Amino acid sequence: MARIRLDRVSVQFPIYNANTRSLKKSLMHRTTAGRIGRDAGDRVCIEALNDVTLTFGHGDRVGLVGANGAGKTTLLRVLAGIYEPTAGTIHREGRVAPLFDIALGIDPEATGYDNILIRGAFLGLRRQEARARMDEIAAFTELGDYLAMPVRTYSSGMLLRLAFAVSTSVEPEIALMDEWIGVGDAAFVEKAERRLAELVGRAGILVLASHDPALLERTCTKGVLLQHGKISAVGAIGDVLREYDAYRSAA
Amino acid sequence: MQGEEILAIGRSLLLTEARVEGEAFFTTSGERTPHAVVEGAPAPPSQLRLAILDVFEGTRAWDLWGLLGWHDIRQRYHRSTLGPFWLTISMGAMVGGIGLLYAGFFHQKVADYLPSMALGFIVWGLLAGLVNDNCSAFIGAESIIKQVQLPLSVHVYRVVWRNLIIFGHNILIFIVVAIIFKIWPGWSGLLALPALFLICVNGVWVGILLGLVSARFRDVPQIVASVMQIAFFLTPIIWKPTGLAGHHLILGLNPFLYFLDLLRAPLLGQVPALSYWFVALAVTLCGWALALVMYRLYRRRIAYWL
Repeated sequence: MARIRLDRVSVQFPIYNANTRSLKKSLMHRTTAGRIGRDAGDRVCIEALNDVTLTFGHGDRVGLVGANGAGKTTLLRVLAGIYEPTAGTIHREGRVAPLFDIALGIDPEATGYDNILIRGAFLGLRRQEARARMDEIAAFTELGDYLAMPVRTYSSGMLLRLAFAVSTSVEPEIALMDEWIGVGDAAFVEKAERRLAELVGRAGILVLASHDPALLERTCTKGVLLQHGKISAVGAIGDVLREYDAYRSAA
Repeated sequence: MQGEEILAIGRSLLLTEARVEGEAFFTTSGERTPHAVVEGAPAPPSQLRLAILDVFEGTRAWDLWGLLGWHDIRQRYHRSTLGPFWLTISMGAMVGGIGLLYAGFFHQKVADYLPSMALGFIVWGLLAGLVNDNCSAFIGAESIIKQVQLPLSVHVYRVVWRNLIIFGHNILIFIVVAIIFKIWPGWSGLLALPALFLICVNGVWVGILLGLVSARFRDVPQIVASVMQIAFFLTPIIWKPTGLAGHHLILGLNPFLYFLDLLRAPLLGQVPALSYWFVALAVTLCGWALALVMYRLYRRRIAYWL
């Protein structure tokens, strides 16, 4: 049974090459929404997440919304176990499949089949397992003979198909997605959304960060609005999206 | 052991399970979850245990780093006809050239000089490769570390394995040299196996330590590269220690000497001194202790530094 619990989680990034005032100023004048402060050692640091407490249970489909730099990607990485929080605790049960970057483990010179093996290995598939699932993965990508070609010949949409097929073939209990990559064609997007729905139907958790309200409303049931690394709203996805709209028009 | 289970087991060991009653719920920040639900959960595991667990789990993910190590080599020589055997050829050309020239230089017979020098070069290639390559064990794996949670030691094992593959290609030269000069190591040659194993074990702690420090201080790989260049000249590879008057301090303090000789001597049919084994084991233990101390303190920060 998949479950994630964050208890007062904070994440601070030390920035080692930003110790000049002018650079600090220029960072602060950018239109990003992260907070820039100083840590105990008077180093410049970015407070990417601040006192975040959340609980996700099985079957939750959560949409993360917020401006650029609000902490969505950092939160996803904390959920994936990549960043251990600088303060607070995280408890997680269930196998995670991150789909942050479609280029993970993709070698442009290797064939589609080889890349399925490599990417599968990153996600915990043994070679034999990956080979056993090869037909299923190949069928899902609908790439046919292209799979025997080097990946550098692929279009970005084809690469997305390959990456998505492998990432979801490991039957994760927790799927984490950063930005729906909009290069897939309509038929594939529909198919991919169906597959995600199946995944969540098997008592999993989906956490999806996106700027596409229509996608979020279609895919998610719950929403989390992040601002300056803090949670400013939590609830049904419709309500959270309305709140985000109100905040944006007020700003 | 199923591949997918490895991470799952690690995670269940790493993360204490907190039982939350009832349905999944949301809490907003600031509103603290009642403490009662966490009570009864075991205390968070110590950082030392997590560090050791990381090293241990990494070995079990051999399927992954085995694949990646091979892939690194294949990628480097992609679409070249000879592929990784270019490693063999370039090493062979260097060893042959230097062997013939320097034997005359040092007034030695080629048959005396070349085999030991060739093997010295090949073993040094392994030692220096482990040290230099390992500086970028974590830096080079940045995109992976930021995408998936894996035991970080996996990236070190990948580097060690990659260098072992390169060594495997280079050792072919010694086989040719041994045939030409009719060298047969005999039973003592078997001592090369534990020596090679010991070198790899050391490669792992070097990788953890240097990989970690290099991730934080990006000047370290450059410093290490310079040091290794000097170390090459201080290690008896192209020269023989017999040329030195008495026991030189620099020779005795050079840790590479011991590992080099432990692997080189058996293949030349000699038995390395027992004291060399003791020194090498002492270096191994001290190195691992230092690496684990650092890993315990900073393992969690590596992802932040990248």
